[in-house]
Amino acid sequence: MPSVDFMGKTFTVDEDGFIDSYDNWCEEWVQWVKQQEGIDELTEEHTKVIQVLQEYYEKNGIAPMVRVLSKVTGFKLKHIYELFPSGPGKGACKMAGLPKPTGCV
Amino acid sequence: MAKHPTPMLDQLESGPWPSFVSDLKQLAEARAQNKEGVEFQIPADVAEDLLGILELSYKHGRTHWKHGGIVGVFGYGGGVIGRYCDQPEEFSGVAHFHTMRINQPGGKFYTSEYLRNLCDLWDFRGSGITNMHGSTGDIIFLGTTTPQLEEIFFELTHKYNQDLGGSGSNLRTPSDCIGQARCEYACYDTQAMCYDLTQEYQDELHRPAFPYKFKFKFDGCPNCCVASIARADFSFIGTWRDNIKIDQKAVQAYIGGEIPPNAGAHSGRDWGKFDIQAEVIDLCPTECMAMDGKTLKINDKECNRCMHCINVMPRALRIGDDRGVSVLAGAKAPILDGAQMGTLIVPFISAEPPYTEIKETVIEPIWDWWMEEGKNRERLGELMKRQGLQKLLEVTGLNPDPRMVQEPRSNPYIFWNEDEVEGGWERDINEFRKDHRR
Repeated sequence: MPSVDFMGKTFTVDEDGFIDSYDNWCEEWVQWVKQQEGIDELTEEHTKVIQVLQEYYEKNGIAPMVRVLSKVTGFKLKHIYELFPSGPGKGACKMAGLPKPTGCV
Repeated sequence: MAKHPTPMLDQLESGPWPSFVSDLKQLAEARAQNKEGVEFQIPADVAEDLLGILELSYKHGRTHWKHGGIVGVFGYGGGVIGRYCDQPEEFSGVAHFHTMRINQPGGKFYTSEYLRNLCDLWDFRGSGITNMHGSTGDIIFLGTTTPQLEEIFFELTHKYNQDLGGSGSNLRTPSDCIGQARCEYACYDTQAMCYDLTQEYQDELHRPAFPYKFKFKFDGCPNCCVASIARADFSFIGTWRDNIKIDQKAVQAYIGGEIPPNAGAHSGRDWGKFDIQAEVIDLCPTECMAMDGKTLKINDKECNRCMHCINVMPRALRIGDDRGVSVLAGAKAPILDGAQMGTLIVPFISAEPPYTEIKETVIEPIWDWWMEEGKNRERLGELMKRQGLQKLLEVTGLNPDPRMVQEPRSNPYIFWNEDEVEGGWERDINEFRKDHRR
């Protein structure tokens, strides 16, 4: 597994840049992914999406369906793509430290 | 000299069928020589390493690709299938081997100029290996690295006016039979409708918003040359409502042996002289045909438009003039709860541009329902099983029709809505006890 040194921290990531464990998530990780995912400025809206994803994941052990994410945050899918250009899976879930989406993608 | 010995794959170079191994070797050779001086953006030996790792899989009887892979281009949630090999040191050429899906044109008609452009781009920034085409219809670019994805996407869109196809929990790339381009059975313009709906639902195609994948396919007639009834959540199958057109002179030409049946499809074997009674009339599933002297008669009211007679005598029998499509829903492969083919939900609807009726009364209401009610990774066909065909009719406002069932239910577990039953469900046991003692 490759590792990333950033702002004094070391992260272990997979080929797609997802963090190896949710437990290793921290604020510096967010800053690192921000660079990777084409995000200029982190806003409260980014933070809100990340918070919702993390709360859902901690409670349910899986990432929410896109529709649930939209409903809980109140952001339409279009707006989520404005915040995270790679979309809720590759962009937001990665930043929130959730495991990589799987299945027939 | 090849980079890896491939004794097992080499055996697949013999025999008459075009050998994918020979083709890959030819590509490996061409990339090694690089006569055109291309500045390859991914390893030049990608085809050799692909053959090498495939040989290893032949030896082990197991795949050597790692699980999953999430890559893509900004703005889209799908279109690229990430893939990494599990022996990156030995086969560095395929350490990254991502697949890109490119949305194909209707009926897969091409000009050599267009294909040459795509090949130039793919030789430069990818492996040069393709799949023409994926089963859903896309042009498949097989094998490139993550840094090349945005580069390829930029050139595709800016130079060639060409977009990616779909992947993930979204509308996948729609595909069609060749339709009216060169088939006299086509009951509507499959390519026009496929193109229109592809453009209309670009957002649904590129940004996954559904509980699971969803596919459209467009067949011009019930012969189903793109197999929509088996491979699409929504199958659009052309049909007609009026009479089959009969050219009695041509019928006689078939009987007289001047025109071969089935356009000569069975000419590889001697099946004897064409016998219209045995080969057409007696095979009609509804037995609605007969010869009246020298005249072929069809009782069109009883015809289920199976296409058999038209397929046998294409020059004598033609589809009717009052044309449209039937819509079937819910086909899927076995996972999770068993394979399904499409269920008829709209027996006949107009297929004329701009297809407003289909969009507003069929596609969108069903999407709304499935997006709201569908469980995570539940195909439409499974939702139809779980909540019932009746629910689908309720959300679309379509009227129940005998044509929607093959047979009525045989069990008596019949659900009634409370308002359909006089007195409703609120009952007082004490009222009942007045007439019925314990």
